[in-house]
Amino acid sequence: MQKKLILDTDLLDITISRLCQELVENHGDFSETVIIGMQPRGILVANIIHQKLEKLTKKDIPLGYLDATFHRDDFRRREIPAKANETKIEFAIEGRHVVLVDDVLFTGRTIRAALDTMITFGRPKKVELLVLIDRKYTRELPIAADYVGKSVNTLTSQRVLVELEAQGHKQNKIWLINKD
Amino acid sequence: MSKLSQKHLLGIKNITREDIELIFETAENFKEVINRPVKKVPSLRDVTIANVFFENSTRTRLSFELAQKRLSADTINFSASNSSVKKGETLLDTVNNILAMKVDMIVMRHASPGAPHYLAKHIKANIVNAGDGTHEHPTQALLDAFSIREKLGSVAGKKIAIIGDILHSRVALSNIFALQKLGAKVMVCGPPTLLPKFIGQLGVEVELDVRKALQWCDVANVLRIQLERQHIKYFPSLREYSLYYGINKKLLDSLKKQIVIMHPGPINRGVELSSDAADSQHSIILDQVENGVAVRMAVLYLLAGAA
Repeated sequence: MQKKLILDTDLLDITISRLCQELVENHGDFSETVIIGMQPRGILVANIIHQKLEKLTKKDIPLGYLDATFHRDDFRRREIPAKANETKIEFAIEGRHVVLVDDVLFTGRTIRAALDTMITFGRPKKVELLVLIDRKYTRELPIAADYVGKSVNTLTSQRVLVELEAQGHKQNKIWLINKD
Repeated sequence: MSKLSQKHLLGIKNITREDIELIFETAENFKEVINRPVKKVPSLRDVTIANVFFENSTRTRLSFELAQKRLSADTINFSASNSSVKKGETLLDTVNNILAMKVDMIVMRHASPGAPHYLAKHIKANIVNAGDGTHEHPTQALLDAFSIREKLGSVAGKKIAIIGDILHSRVALSNIFALQKLGAKVMVCGPPTLLPKFIGQLGVEVELDVRKALQWCDVANVLRIQLERQHIKYFPSLREYSLYYGINKKLLDSLKKQIVIMHPGPINRGVELSSDAADSQHSIILDQVENGVAVRMAVLYLLAGAA
């Protein structure tokens, strides 16, 4: 198994700071904006970004977690049923600007499911997508991210591994892995 | 592992503690779903489920049907009272005819113990037992244990008394299996005529005095007196039963401790449970009903996904 470092700790920190600045640029005082992290790993990225944004803007920004398992399109096509995680959205998303946060954008199918799930809570005014890693040329649906940490050329057979301190790793690092 | 060990839910006896915990974790997610503004998810959109009820039911059937609709499954309903069963068709023929119409899953209630087990040996579709005679009623036991877990934080180590007509109760047997698998202590209490012989061999305590049972337990699961199954007299009169085994607010207040009151419904108000006890803050009877939908969604979701 070959491992290649895509983003090391320092670079990842700079990247996340840049993403936050971009959000501030587009969302002003965040009075209409809510942040929603995708289960299971997008919530960890959302937590980091949310914390940084609150520090930057000195505002309370609503943060929620969304699980799209029950809206997936591969149910009964998998060996085992997909395991669900907690959905926690304790604010109205009707008419708000939603920033959906995930770690890796790959086929786009999870985001498709997430958009469907989100609509069951109301009709947001606008939805944007933020991802740490955008895997180029692997999309199976017409979905694109508005804020990208890093675009990476990958093969479908490769895997992107995100290691975050919140998961118990020593440092935040992102790897590209060759399956053999 | 996020897969059930079984293809069917025939009884709690056949499933493992891990299965029960997986169902609970999934049910928690579905409970959040059914409290959303839009309560429907498309998970079982390409699944057809037949609800085959050879015995009357209101709550269980409504609960299953609602669970199926919330999961976007297609459903058909069948009740024996207005069907060809009356014309002499066998169980297997009836079910095979339904399956020939491309049905993926059967939810069945039947008066004969073991009917779903028999069916499971002869057909390919997933089967959920919604009650087989006086044998098992697994989804009821799951929702009861789920409700206890929600109210008290966990089931392990808790003391649960099952009070009333144990002899005719499939809820009692499934509850005993489920609670024991989750590490609870179980006691059964009722008049000697309504306790099965050798019930002690299941590892439950047996108590004849309802006050002592209530004093012992954290949760009292009060069962209905099933008059429709009692072909002989098991006690002199309902009034006498109510006098010795009925639970009311006065009795609960005299315990000097908080216990949780549960009932699988339908309640015979004034017989096993008085209105002031059923409607008191001790009672989680309506939570049980709400949890029933979430738990059944979890069971259907996990079984259909394994197909």
